[in-house]
Amino acid sequence: MTAQLTSGTAACPGCIASPAEPARPIPEDVQIALSLPGIHCSACIATVERELNAHPGVEDARVNLTLKRAMIKAAPELRAADLISVLERVGYEAHELDPGALSATQSDKAGRDLLMRLAVAGFASMNVMLLSVSVWAGATDATRDMFHWISAAIALPAIGFAAQPFFSNAWSALRVRRLNMDVPIVLAILLALVTSLWETALSGKHAYFDAALTLTFFLLAGRYLDYRTRAAARSAAEELTALEVPRAIRLLDGAEEEVAVAMLNVGDLILVRPGGRMPVDGEIVSGQSELDRSLLTGETLPVFAEAGVTVSAGEVNLTGPLTIRATAVGEDTSLHRMADLVAVAESGRSRYTSLADKAAKLYAPGVHILSALSFLGWYIYSGDVRTALNIAAAVLIITCPCALGLAVPAVTTAASGRLFRKGMLIKHATALERLAEVDTVVFDKTGTLTSGTPELTNLGDHSRADLEIALALAEASSHPLSVALTQAAREAGIKPATLDDITEVPGFGTEGTYRGQRVRLGRAAWTGAEEGDQTAAWLSVEGQAPEAFLFSDSLRTGAAEAVQAFRDAGKEVILISGDTQGSVQALADKLGIQNWIAQALPQDKAKHVEALRDQGHHVLMVGDGLNDTAALAAAHVSISPASALDAARVASDIVLLGNDLSPISDACDTAVKATKRIRENFRIATVYNIIAVPLAVAGLATPLIAALAMSTSSITVSLNALRVR
Amino acid sequence: MEVLAYLIPISLFLGGVGLVAFVYTVRSNQYDDPEGDARRILNDEWDDKPKP
Repeated sequence: MTAQLTSGTAACPGCIASPAEPARPIPEDVQIALSLPGIHCSACIATVERELNAHPGVEDARVNLTLKRAMIKAAPELRAADLISVLERVGYEAHELDPGALSATQSDKAGRDLLMRLAVAGFASMNVMLLSVSVWAGATDATRDMFHWISAAIALPAIGFAAQPFFSNAWSALRVRRLNMDVPIVLAILLALVTSLWETALSGKHAYFDAALTLTFFLLAGRYLDYRTRAAARSAAEELTALEVPRAIRLLDGAEEEVAVAMLNVGDLILVRPGGRMPVDGEIVSGQSELDRSLLTGETLPVFAEAGVTVSAGEVNLTGPLTIRATAVGEDTSLHRMADLVAVAESGRSRYTSLADKAAKLYAPGVHILSALSFLGWYIYSGDVRTALNIAAAVLIITCPCALGLAVPAVTTAASGRLFRKGMLIKHATALERLAEVDTVVFDKTGTLTSGTPELTNLGDHSRADLEIALALAEASSHPLSVALTQAAREAGIKPATLDDITEVPGFGTEGTYRGQRVRLGRAAWTGAEEGDQTAAWLSVEGQAPEAFLFSDSLRTGAAEAVQAFRDAGKEVILISGDTQGSVQALADKLGIQNWIAQALPQDKAKHVEALRDQGHHVLMVGDGLNDTAALAAAHVSISPASALDAARVASDIVLLGNDLSPISDACDTAVKATKRIRENFRIATVYNIIAVPLAVAGLATPLIAALAMSTSSITVSLNALRVR
Repeated sequence: MEVLAYLIPISLFLGGVGLVAFVYTVRSNQYDDPEGDARRILNDEWDDKPKP
């Protein structure tokens, strides 16, 4: 799949680099980015860098193991294809990436910004804590006041810099008259600073500078973890997009020119080579071929195409070159109409409230009311604003959601890391929580449960002589069925017969002469046979009845295990496909799926998922095609393989990076475990509040108690999260 | 207590040194490939001196 996609991009590396630099007076070095999915150790780094640096024209090559990528600075005439073949010779799979699509991750400004704030908060809190410990240890009078003033001098600028994300978030929430988790955080930090300054000025005993700083530090740690998890997913998702550089060949007055798909207009003549994907909707003007529509409809049977046939964007041309006239481009193509279906279905996802939001909704008002009540109570009781304010600040600091801020990100980071090592990419922040609730799993057939490559099923039914002829004909074609036939026959030890005048007739098959007789391998009608409903190629030898070579779609690795694991876990498994009755039933029987639906249109799939949802089921949809996108978006949570179309990957929450399907059921287990840990973490945070809040309200809390309680709860929560790994 | 006059500036200075060092590591992209850097240390090539 990927090889097919990259072949188009490798043809012209110069075109990829040129749009950014329209005029180049001096030939500068170009950046080439390669994706290396296979590297995993220090030996891999050394080999890849040595090989690349030894290649003439390479200025500097550096491998990034975390991103499994190599960045190469090279002379402008160097082509990525050369480097790919160099790496393939030493045994590493490599794909070219579009450096333009990757640029967003390289300058990771937001992450660096958060890390810097985290560092400032950390170093400042360490210093202030040092001074606070001396105060707790018994410093008095002028010494204590001096320590407090130094603490203030460190804390005020540090918080002014480090807590900015909280200030801006709280402000944007307050501006639209809403409360979020950041409002009590900001209130606690500000109140702590104000009362501490006031206390220091009056040489009071308690100052909370250390609490304000550690609070900022722990909360920033939670934010940073959260950000890192999502950034890793985003960069990998970007990489998948960068693999498909959208280009098309436009015919202008008979001359071919390569242009970006976005530049195509209605009425343009476009050449689509065998193996290429239709960039736009259109009508075939000339050429004969076969079309693979499986990504759009789920049908595995290739469709014959000739002049006059309409094609849709996303279909794959199999055998002969086709010239099409564009009838709809860009947003008018059927591909984009599917995307509109997704936008409608998206509302299902936004209805989900994450556990963190639920907690915040209960938490934020509760904390404010509690702190306001203790202020009022103490003011009425003692008549002293200073005491009352001190106690209100202590309540806010102690209840501040330090542990709550870490509870979710710490667990999601640990769980996402675990799943990433297994080859799954969590794209959506709440995907794990939703995955944990799944009770029904809906699978698509073509390209999801099956790998989309055909497999010969009736090799034994043919005589050796026929097989030898068929092999000779099949080897002359790159049609998927021919490739499968060649592979199966070669494995069975068949040698090709010697044929003369072998020619491929695009859209029909291959023919030749064998001992003076005409032999053909191809479509049913062309070889004089009756069309069946199974995928087949027919062999006709002059004077004999045509014989069928039957194919079935081969099962994806791990598909059987995944389905079995789901059934063992008591989940309902449903198979919905756009393919014919026969092939869907065959696959369902093979996997033991009782519930299956064939010949489903894209809308049917989405409707079925919605119907399940309305019955109160939480549906996991696993699919790869355009016909699945609406269903993927409508489902409670969705997974698509990396080989899926861009639109399907965008619509799904989780992307499966490898070819193996079996991690899906593991992912469900991990998700259940992760959600359990998140709930546990909330409980830990609550228990700590139940113990500490009465102390604070009673006016017994000291900065020492606040610091101890805050740190222990945050550390317990983080350690608990690590148990997910 | 006069010793505080030395100790406090020293502790602040050391903290500042740590912070500046950290800022330098972030600015020079030293956290871009944590996994690769952990492996590179085991690499046989360029063991005695950094890569030229």
